[in-house]
Amino acid sequence: MADLTSPIRKLGHMAIERIWRLGFAVRFMFAVLRYSGASFRRLPLTLREIYFSGVLSLLIIMVSGLFVGLVLGLQGYEILQRFGSTEALGTLVALSLTRELGPVLAAIFFASRAGSSVTAEIGLMKATEQLKAMDMMAVNPIARVVAPRFWGGVISMPFLAALFSAMGVLGGWLIGVVFIGVDDGAYWSQMQSGVDFRYDIWNGVVKSFVFGIAVSLIAVFEGYDSVPTAEGVSRAITRTVVTSVLTVLALDFVLTSFMFRGSS
Amino acid sequence: MNRTVIDLWVGIFVAIGIVALLFLALKVGNLSSSRLSDTYALQARFDNIGGLKVRGPVKSAGVVVGRIVDIKFDTTSYEAVVSMEIDGRYRFPKDTFAAIYTSGLLGEQFVGFESGGEEKMLKAGDTLTKTQSAVVLEKLISQFLFNKAAEGQEAK
Repeated sequence: MADLTSPIRKLGHMAIERIWRLGFAVRFMFAVLRYSGASFRRLPLTLREIYFSGVLSLLIIMVSGLFVGLVLGLQGYEILQRFGSTEALGTLVALSLTRELGPVLAAIFFASRAGSSVTAEIGLMKATEQLKAMDMMAVNPIARVVAPRFWGGVISMPFLAALFSAMGVLGGWLIGVVFIGVDDGAYWSQMQSGVDFRYDIWNGVVKSFVFGIAVSLIAVFEGYDSVPTAEGVSRAITRTVVTSVLTVLALDFVLTSFMFRGSS
Repeated sequence: MNRTVIDLWVGIFVAIGIVALLFLALKVGNLSSSRLSDTYALQARFDNIGGLKVRGPVKSAGVVVGRIVDIKFDTTSYEAVVSMEIDGRYRFPKDTFAAIYTSGLLGEQFVGFESGGEEKMLKAGDTLTKTQSAVVLEKLISQFLFNKAAEGQEAK
């Protein structure tokens, strides 16, 4: 009898464990927000994190943005050519980048480049009992370690997404105008008449800000909640990347359905 | 407090980010062309707007002169009220005729202005009185069929 019920018991245990963890994550989020005053009073702490998660991600964001733009330019030209409207290439590249690809891909790269290293750092601090030591010295580890990393990520993310979109538009220009020979004036003018600042670009910035909050929160939480062993930290890093990517894609769907509800 | 190398890098990072945002706003979007020049509001009442959409263009002689800002339904006169923002550089006479056209056979619909001959110009907040509704294909076809049927009966 015990053999039959044990899988069900395991399933229930897993479900309760997940919900427990979710509750802890929510409480952790409020704790981070409550103690984040210190990360602005002691700005060098946050600047250091912007350096680690933002500045060091510049290269991967710029290169991948350029390549995404190049591919969009090639594919877009190939498809638009069938309808004889290759002048619309600029609009296609700019809209798909500013609305979707810029924020989403930048957030995914950010999660795997910066989020994973934040998790690893906090996880190792926990494994080597540095967080406990801080607590002993009456230094709040959430205010000193977690909050600056969280805000560093939140601040970096919109800049990285904007940079990704800008590099992508340049990449599309490089392929479309320089290599294939779409008219230069048509590329930019069609783009400018088709892309609205508030509706398209600003919504993209808002998206990247929301993604920044989600990815940074997941990264610091997984690090803080990791099992303090070598295996536990490595699992936490994997979970950071997987959960971040899934959360970003799900959030993107929700945000898109709110922002672009067929009014154009 | 001393300046550190990290400050420099963060400064460069933020500057690049702002440049990218400016590039998106000015070169990719239309912030420079349509937002900086002043606009004035006009309204027009239509019996039927067909598939007209908010943010659609307002054209005169094929040139985009403004954008549609808002479309409402007036419950007292049962008409559609279309609010438009017109580029401040362009002025139109009082008796300008507003019609809803379709670009191409199945393209997007837009409001077209045909200038009249009046001396007085439209001011901000004015309502265009002379309008022509969108062409509804079903109505056109049924009209044609009824006419044909009527002709057939007269012939008998």
